[in-house]
Amino acid sequence: MNRTTRRKALSSAFVGFCALSVLIALVPLALVLSFVVSQGIRAINVDFFTQMPKPVGEPGGGMANAIVGTLMLAGLGSLMAVPIGVLSGIYASEYAGTRIASLIRFAADTLNGVPSIVIGVLVYGIAVLPFKQFSALAGGIALGIMMIPIIARTTEELLLLVPGTMREGALALGATRARAVFTVVLPAALPGIITGIVLALARISGETAPLLFTAFNNRFFTTSLRQPISSLTVQVYTYASSPYADWQRQAWAGALVLVTIVLLCSILARVATRRLESMHAR
Amino acid sequence: MILTPKIEVAGLNFYYGAHRVLEDINLRIQPNQVTALIGPSGCGKSTFIRSLNRMNDIVPGARVEGSICIDKQDIYAPSVDVVNLRRRVGMVFQKSNPFPKSIFDNVAYGLRINGMTSSREELRGRVEASLKAAALWDEVRDRLQTSALALSGGQQQRLCIARALAIEPEIVLMDEPASALDPIATQKIEELIYQLKSRYTIVIVTHNMQQAARVSDVTAFFWLGRLVECDRTNKLFTAPKEKLTEDYITGRFG
Ligand SMILES: Nc1ncnc2c1ncn2[C@@H]1O[C@H](COP(=O)(O)OP(=O)(O)O)[C@@H](O)[C@H]1O
Ligand SMILES: [Mg+2]
Repeated sequence: MNRTTRRKALSSAFVGFCALSVLIALVPLALVLSFVVSQGIRAINVDFFTQMPKPVGEPGGGMANAIVGTLMLAGLGSLMAVPIGVLSGIYASEYAGTRIASLIRFAADTLNGVPSIVIGVLVYGIAVLPFKQFSALAGGIALGIMMIPIIARTTEELLLLVPGTMREGALALGATRARAVFTVVLPAALPGIITGIVLALARISGETAPLLFTAFNNRFFTTSLRQPISSLTVQVYTYASSPYADWQRQAWAGALVLVTIVLLCSILARVATRRLESMHAR
Repeated sequence: MILTPKIEVAGLNFYYGAHRVLEDINLRIQPNQVTALIGPSGCGKSTFIRSLNRMNDIVPGARVEGSICIDKQDIYAPSVDVVNLRRRVGMVFQKSNPFPKSIFDNVAYGLRINGMTSSREELRGRVEASLKAAALWDEVRDRLQTSALALSGGQQQRLCIARALAIEPEIVLMDEPASALDPIATQKIEELIYQLKSRYTIVIVTHNMQQAARVSDVTAFFWLGRLVECDRTNKLFTAPKEKLTEDYITGRFG
């Protein structure tokens, strides 16, 4: 074999290997999705969205309370994490190279690596025990704490990507530093930051462990921040590990709804991002 | 010529950390004239022009000695508000840097952040006037709400000029404004500069000596951080006093 054919063969082998790896990575995804969809679709119906859970033995019922609960918990988490995350991201990028900036980065990375159950236990200690009450608020705090590092890091990285000339342009027009950041630099990075926020949302909406210690679960419908609240993940966990066929069936439906929410989030983020980007670069 | 200088630089030294890049610069810049700064790259032209609106303040470790007076007021005096200064001294950068916003919002930016207009109509009028002054109005009048990033390079640079003019500065600094543009776009910018000098004091950095000869009234030649010679443009290019200047403009180095 001469050098060229050898090189070409090697190259094709490498490309083939890459393609194979992609395939292998996609298989579990496809399996999970097809399984969840096929099982979930059989159990899902209008009742599932509108009814409360029925006591053991009574057939039917749904997860209306858990669906609302999941949305509320994710909303509470974002309410807490978006401002804190974005602002610390801004700080870390604005004062890049300073002690505090590297401290923020280190803290975010560490927090990101903390197992979610530990965060659950922590919030249990600070927001459940003192009030002797599981609550939606505690659940929101736990999810918020998990979202902060993701949002902070994405914000920081995306802000650092905005060309310095953009900021100089604003400063040269008489903008103060804060003004330049909030009116030019941040908007330029916004599409990416929104994607980061949605990814954080998608990530935490699948969490069960931290909710077990904080929001716990609730058989009844509630929107109170001070009451325990049901969530899809905890409900799926409870139902899937129960011995009742009807509950197991509903667990699949819950899983399907959960996956759909995450998917919708991603699509929404895409659309929002596209909109913003086309506004920026058409 | 017994004009009061618009800008008067005296004994200016400039340091990035321990590295001195400008050495004892003394220069007077007259109002309503175009002053060109030429010299080989790395000689400190950008540093000099950026010290005129204190753009270097944001560079860590940058330090200034000596004085720069605009209308007899030292712009590095502690009492000077940088934001105010930059409002009076506009700047156009080497690489055009429109904001990722609409054409309208780009020009309106300075007006808005400085609260310079009191009504929507006034804002629209000022944006239109600035775009006209930058010779861009006819090309963008029916797409003001589209993104500025969709404009061609030359149009983007004229947009940046319009944006700078909108807040009615007294001085406009331009750091190689045409270096990234094709000849036709360059010519448009040069014509524009010629038109603008009746209303503004213009300082322009260029590495292109023909350009300096075409657009400027006065040319200053920088070399290794020093101001070698400054004179009326036609004199500097035809009868330079310094040997160094002559070598440079005849292309013997640089
Ligand atoms: N931000 C900076 N930090 C440190 N050194 C710099 C910085 N900017 C420019 N310099 C140095 O200062 C000198 C002059 O640069 P500059 O003013 O950009 O020259 P010119 O515009 O004439 O090409 C060069 O040696 C350059 O390396
Ligand atoms: Mg330069």
